[in-house]
Amino acid sequence: MATTAIPKPGAITMVEAIRQAMIEEMERDASVVAIGEDIGVYGGAFKVTDGLLATFGRERVIETPIAETAIIGAACGMSFLGLRPVCEMQFIDFIACCFNQVTNFVAKSHYLWDAPVPIVIRGPSGGGVHGGPFHSANPEMYFVHTPGLKVIYPSTPSDAKGLLKSAIRDNNPVLFFEHKYLYRRLKEEMPEGDYTVPIGKAAVRRPGKDLTIISYAAMAHTAVEAAEELAKEGIDAEVIDLRTLLPLDKETILASVKKTNKLLIVHEDTRTGGIAGEIAAVVCENAFEDLDGPIERVTALDTPVPYSPPLEEHFLPNTAKVVAAARKLAKY
Amino acid sequence: MSQPLKREQHLDLYYYMQLNRRLEERMVRLFRQNKIVGGLYSSLGQEAVSVGTCFALEKRDWIAPMIRNIGALLVKGVPPRDIFTQHMAKYTSPTKGKDGTSHFGDLKVRHIVSPISMLGDLIPVMTGVAMAGRYLGQNIVALTWIGDGGSSTGAFHEGLGLAAAQKAPFVLIVENNQWAYSTPVSRQVPVKNLADRAVAYGIASTIVDGNDVVAVYHATKDAVTECRAGRGPHLIEVKTMRMRGHAQHDPAEYVPKEMFEYWKTRDPIALYEKYLTENKIWDESTKAEIDARIERELDVEQKFAEDSPMPPPEFAEVGVYCDSGCHTIEADWKRAKAEVMPPRSSFDPGWKMQDLGALGEIPTAKEVAAEGGNGVRSNSAQARSTLGLPPQSFVNAPPPQRQPSPVAAQTEVTEPAEPRIPFGRGPKDKAFRESPDNPQNKSYGRSGAQGKTFRKGAPEKTFNKSGQNKSFSKNPADKNFSKGPQDKSGRR
Repeated sequence: MATTAIPKPGAITMVEAIRQAMIEEMERDASVVAIGEDIGVYGGAFKVTDGLLATFGRERVIETPIAETAIIGAACGMSFLGLRPVCEMQFIDFIACCFNQVTNFVAKSHYLWDAPVPIVIRGPSGGGVHGGPFHSANPEMYFVHTPGLKVIYPSTPSDAKGLLKSAIRDNNPVLFFEHKYLYRRLKEEMPEGDYTVPIGKAAVRRPGKDLTIISYAAMAHTAVEAAEELAKEGIDAEVIDLRTLLPLDKETILASVKKTNKLLIVHEDTRTGGIAGEIAAVVCENAFEDLDGPIERVTALDTPVPYSPPLEEHFLPNTAKVVAAARKLAKY
Repeated sequence: MSQPLKREQHLDLYYYMQLNRRLEERMVRLFRQNKIVGGLYSSLGQEAVSVGTCFALEKRDWIAPMIRNIGALLVKGVPPRDIFTQHMAKYTSPTKGKDGTSHFGDLKVRHIVSPISMLGDLIPVMTGVAMAGRYLGQNIVALTWIGDGGSSTGAFHEGLGLAAAQKAPFVLIVENNQWAYSTPVSRQVPVKNLADRAVAYGIASTIVDGNDVVAVYHATKDAVTECRAGRGPHLIEVKTMRMRGHAQHDPAEYVPKEMFEYWKTRDPIALYEKYLTENKIWDESTKAEIDARIERELDVEQKFAEDSPMPPPEFAEVGVYCDSGCHTIEADWKRAKAEVMPPRSSFDPGWKMQDLGALGEIPTAKEVAAEGGNGVRSNSAQARSTLGLPPQSFVNAPPPQRQPSPVAAQTEVTEPAEPRIPFGRGPKDKAFRESPDNPQNKSYGRSGAQGKTFRKGAPEKTFNKSGQNKSFSKNPADKNFSKGPQDKSGRR
């Protein structure tokens, strides 16, 4: 008979880290349930929920029809009775199907009628794996623009685990984006014990003094790589990984800009209406006099995510594009 | 059929219907005096629906009312002042001025979920309420209403589909008031009865005269009883008529006069008064007493609302997030948590199939309807006949040839055949897990030396040429690849 077995210590992937977070939270709190498509017997399209059904049973691992509105609606209703559902979007692109539930019901309940909705909506996002226009999206900004939601987008396994645990314990609806390119491409050892990572706090991935590169998710890795390149040229870049997009960690952003006086923002989301614009506005409002150059941004193109590898590679930001933009900025 | 109503219950039904009507009449006057901020939606002629349905619920049950279900709020114990202040956008309203109309709820005491303006969305939400209630062992029923118009939304379909699949204790009242704003039901829904749709979800349904409060009550009570017994969701179509426009601004000139005239003769309160008199449940003095009590109560409530302050402007900034310790979220467990925790929750999962999915004899639509869909009982006599027979050629066509196979005799298939080892990939692929063929063992790190790395640079080529794919194509001997280690790790 099935029993819970936490995998042995050692470096684990982001998929495994997220799975551990769910297992640990479901063991800790009987009000935590999982709901989504194919998350039970099959273990989820990316196997994030593998083994959960065997351990926690059908009442807590709820396999639904292909009905995103029903998933979010039901999770919302469950949360009104004090449960903490974790919803899986098979691909985060499909969150568009339940946009109304998320933005009008879930996001507004606490503000309008004092009803907290402690749910998590998680799912694989992002490109670089040639998934095509409907399996590669970064729809985070629709939700960053929705008061009442929190939006998390981690870049490392340990952050993913710690932030997901925080998200499950949070009393607000949290959108948790999991970059599928990072799912199995890097491994990390988890900190000991029941640890969480606070929501709304950015991480400085590389300290530097010449310019600040702000990024998140897969692009945080690109930014670090670019910083290593730039270091060879004598440019010392500081890299900030936002981790949470809403609420935005303005404190860390402004402290860094006040130190380096130059800002480059890198994101995989498309350009217009991406978070770079919001960060630029925050910096202009609060640290305009500290800037020694224009705020630069490297982003994906303003197009859908194309399928064919040469097209997608052209669409996405990469290390070379970041290095080029940083060089230009460093000259000021 | 549920127990007949007692005298006090009969009088309560009258009280709530009349309270509903008088309250709304007062709000029309307030609207004309510009004291109501936004729109005002009338439930004139539909009072029996709101009151009769909600009256069939227990205190612990949950409702989610729509804008024309003021009567249900009253039955749930919401004081009329809450409805006045909501419409007048006062600081004393349940939402303190943040929303209007019946858009407010009460999680803790009365178990009311607030609606939003987008129709249909309450159906999945109340399905979730029903599922959570069952999970927590609370033995509750969740009930909501939808109009004929809202029954066309995707959320209606998704929510009812999930409720049916989960056999959730959920009652849906489809309030057919003939009009979705200006569009008659016949131009939205090409079936005679909206209840006909229940067949497609495999759930039970009832059709009831929405202007007969006693019939509405009994139909709902029966459905609620079935739900509580674990027999799955129930759809009740109530036939009624919206006696005003969509809202106060709408004179409803698109409604044929004869239609209003016909339904005026079927006014639910007038019909019920006659019923009470004919059955000697009350006399004139009882009626006068109740009516006077209603006016007295409403005077006080209305005055409270009119005297209430508007919210301070800065209040607009308050309450977007539940971060300031404003709520302690705790579920009310009526069963042992240990039942849903490992080891008791643990089991060997797998699908139990009813059959192999082969095309059997096709039942006629009439037979399907007679069975009420998925073998679920249907009270909808009319629903059975309206589906009619399929085209003759279809009925007469010979049933498709079945493959005579001993396997077909099997009625139950359990998957997967091999024992499952949770939280690991099992001993079988341990060798693979540790082998260099496993793409996960490839270093994508920036230097390859440190494990804790940070890079997105690995070109796709490397991935495509991984040992995983090679062994797939170059190992024809491994025919049983679906059980091989490659398949298990061949995850996206």
